[in-house]
Amino acid sequence: MSEAHEGVHRHPAPTGFIRKYIFSLDHKVIGIQYIMLALAAVVVGMLMSLLMRLKLSWPDHHWAILEFLFPTGAPGGVMGPEFYLSLVTMHGTIMVFFVLTTAPQGGFGNYFLPIQIGAEDMAFPVLNMMSFWVTFVGFIVILLAIFVEGNHALGEWFGVHLGNSFAGGSGTVGPIGGWTGYAPLSALGKIAGPGQGGGMNLWVISIAIFCVGSLLGALNFITTLLNMRTKGMSLMRMPLTCWAWFTTAVLALLSFPVLLGGGILLLLDRVAGTSFFIPGGLYVSGVLSGSNPNFPLHTGGSPILWQHLFWFFGHPEVYIAILPGMGATSHILATFARKPVFGYRAMVFAIFAIGLLGFFVWGHHMFISGMSPYSAIAFSVLTLSIGVPSAVKTFNWIGTLWGGRIRFTTAMLFAIGFVSLFVAGGITGLILGQSSLDLPMHDTYIVPAHFHLVMGVASIFGMFAATYFWFPKMFGRFMNESIGRIHFWLTFIGVYAIFVPMHVMGLQGMPRRYSQFTEYEFLATLHPLVIFVSVAAIITITVQILFYFNVFWSMFKGKKAGENPWEATTLEWNTTSPPPHDNFAGVLPTVYHGPYEFAVPGAPRDFVMQTDVDVEVPSGNGHNGHKH
Amino acid sequence: MGRALAVIIWILTLLSVLLFLSGKWWLPPAISNHAPALDRQFMITIIVVGISFTAAQVGLGWMVWKYRDTGKAGDRAIYSHGSNRLEVVWTVITAFVFIALGVMGQSVWASLRLNDAPPGSYSIEVVAQQFQWNFHYPGKDGKFGRTDPSLIDDGALNFIGLDSTDPNAADDSTSAMLAIPVNRPVELRLRSKDVIHNFWVPQLRFKQDLVPGMEIKVHFTANKVGKYELACAELCGQLHFKMKSYMLVLPEDELNSLLALPQEQFTTRIGELRDKYQLPKYQ
Repeated sequence: MSEAHEGVHRHPAPTGFIRKYIFSLDHKVIGIQYIMLALAAVVVGMLMSLLMRLKLSWPDHHWAILEFLFPTGAPGGVMGPEFYLSLVTMHGTIMVFFVLTTAPQGGFGNYFLPIQIGAEDMAFPVLNMMSFWVTFVGFIVILLAIFVEGNHALGEWFGVHLGNSFAGGSGTVGPIGGWTGYAPLSALGKIAGPGQGGGMNLWVISIAIFCVGSLLGALNFITTLLNMRTKGMSLMRMPLTCWAWFTTAVLALLSFPVLLGGGILLLLDRVAGTSFFIPGGLYVSGVLSGSNPNFPLHTGGSPILWQHLFWFFGHPEVYIAILPGMGATSHILATFARKPVFGYRAMVFAIFAIGLLGFFVWGHHMFISGMSPYSAIAFSVLTLSIGVPSAVKTFNWIGTLWGGRIRFTTAMLFAIGFVSLFVAGGITGLILGQSSLDLPMHDTYIVPAHFHLVMGVASIFGMFAATYFWFPKMFGRFMNESIGRIHFWLTFIGVYAIFVPMHVMGLQGMPRRYSQFTEYEFLATLHPLVIFVSVAAIITITVQILFYFNVFWSMFKGKKAGENPWEATTLEWNTTSPPPHDNFAGVLPTVYHGPYEFAVPGAPRDFVMQTDVDVEVPSGNGHNGHKH
Repeated sequence: MGRALAVIIWILTLLSVLLFLSGKWWLPPAISNHAPALDRQFMITIIVVGISFTAAQVGLGWMVWKYRDTGKAGDRAIYSHGSNRLEVVWTVITAFVFIALGVMGQSVWASLRLNDAPPGSYSIEVVAQQFQWNFHYPGKDGKFGRTDPSLIDDGALNFIGLDSTDPNAADDSTSAMLAIPVNRPVELRLRSKDVIHNFWVPQLRFKQDLVPGMEIKVHFTANKVGKYELACAELCGQLHFKMKSYMLVLPEDELNSLLALPQEQFTTRIGELRDKYQLPKYQ
């Protein structure tokens, strides 16, 4: 049924350094490039969150280092409100796009999807290389936004050479708009205040470039998975990771074009005087639209249109971030529980249901936006129903552990942590998904609490699990388990300490995106919690040094790993660590079994690899992928 | 290792639940007529959330506690690919609970958003701009004077562009503070001059964006006299964090005597009323 298409993807092993490690066509190298990009981006994003916590907890403190680094945005070392808001914007943008969308899909997906389905490479290796480098350019552009706004001379240079709307130099670290960039604030340009200049143009351009890169990647994933599975690898014998990456790619293919279109329209509003998102009759900073060359005449645009376009992408994006983590978690739980995944078929349906429903719930971000209150009802009920496949997945993860013989490797700890955090973060969707309850909850701290736990931290835990699990395959060496365990314990406790208190802040009404909480009586009693969260965040962020050390130290000094160090079943463990250029040294494997045949009665070992011949695997209830 | 992990999961679960149960940080006491129904729906939801959260974490911890690898040769996990019956059971149960919650949650929404303000409501125009609230009171005739953005004159304190040649505007007042009657339906007509803002008084239990180019109507009834903080809850630019005003809920006669005053005295008087009332106490 499935076969490898010869010739399309086959390419000889490169010899030169540049073709081998920089402009490589090898999906494994490209995967590692994506992971390195994410590792770099997450440092920037995390440092920004650190500064945000400092500002929120000690709004008037003089930080000498900031005075040195940002003389305009943090005069005297005190972060200004526009500086804080640029941190909010850049933290969100960098984390969502360049961390949560790159590592899980472009990184681990790129590396392991072809190997797990028994292919030599991606279907379109050149496209694959391009998708990474396009994404990389997007990252450079978003970094440029930091410097164009942060550096006065550079900001001026941009204004002179690229047109007035590109002028920056507001002293911040980027634009002000949040990662959602709501129009018309994001569309009006410098008239709307600091942080609306050149940095915002670069922000939009960066996202547009990112969309292109993701689209190229998505096409490749879908084609590869559908066309290049090896002999015997029927769809229902694929590891759940492959199902997750495939569904993620479909989501990306359908949602990124909408953001790309929206981003282009927003850019035109900013640089070409169009009015897609800017209505008529605006009066901004003392100037009436059309009365002054600094503020041309706008008419007929719709601010809500931007929100629809953004969230039509933005909600599926949540699943783009977390589905690969779900896949990795299922994969790792089964491997270290030494047990088949509980309800494989239900897991596949749940991934599909989440992907499908994910396209019909974007309006829950917009209950209070002014859109039709009737559509809010539909969005609300659909949103609650997306909790059903999510709950099914949780049940099945717990069911996978039931009766297992759990081996507590670091990878397993993080996978179990994923389940715990996914529940903790996801369950409050039952509150926020109800239009009535959103009336008081919207844009309070319960929202960042909810989405940080579920799409941020849980996804990252999925990636931590994936890193500890697949590192021996990727580099032929183990990561250090002792450091790994310390990393897990401190991070696991740390993220609960950071994000759980944010929920009750939200209940009391604390609004998001405030640079300080000094102006309102009703926020005053929350101050001890704000400090507590900041301290927890500082500790948890510091702990991540352990992870970075472990990754780079283990690459060279880690204990050597063999072909199948975890006694796992899927195809990536059928080849050397790391795999050769064409993955299987010229002989593609043939698959005889489902992906998670652990503890098979009568089998010689407690795991049956997908390629094992002459092993009888009995049919069980809810079985999958046996010989038909 | 497994036992330690289970214990940590349980402790984190317990602490999380205790933080909510402590009630130290909670929704502030409500002052709107729709709030009791909303708060009831919230309580039902948070109980479901609390039970599901606890059950899942306890279950997860239990598996981790109990089923660890003994390292003994030949000691294998249970060979099971799952159970279709269980899948159906928990799918149906969660679908029923979640969708029932979602449907129940619509009644408050419907009462607030699917119908117009009842007749006899007290109407006020709210015009937001970057970092400032403007409230437009129609005066005795109950009719709002015409406004036009080209008439905005910040120097003359005409922030909303009120057309003074319009007869309906003759008895209108504007203010940076909101004064509303107690126990009488209020309709707000929300507009913005520049970017999106959001009207947020925690005690009222609702939020609504103010979107430039649109007039969005919301209605509610406040039932407790007093002074309440009004915040912007949609990122609107640099000074978003202090786009603040007050909402004064006044006895009808006190409000009427305020509204009868000409603009200058109105401004003085509403300032006096602001100082007269205290903010609610927070723990």
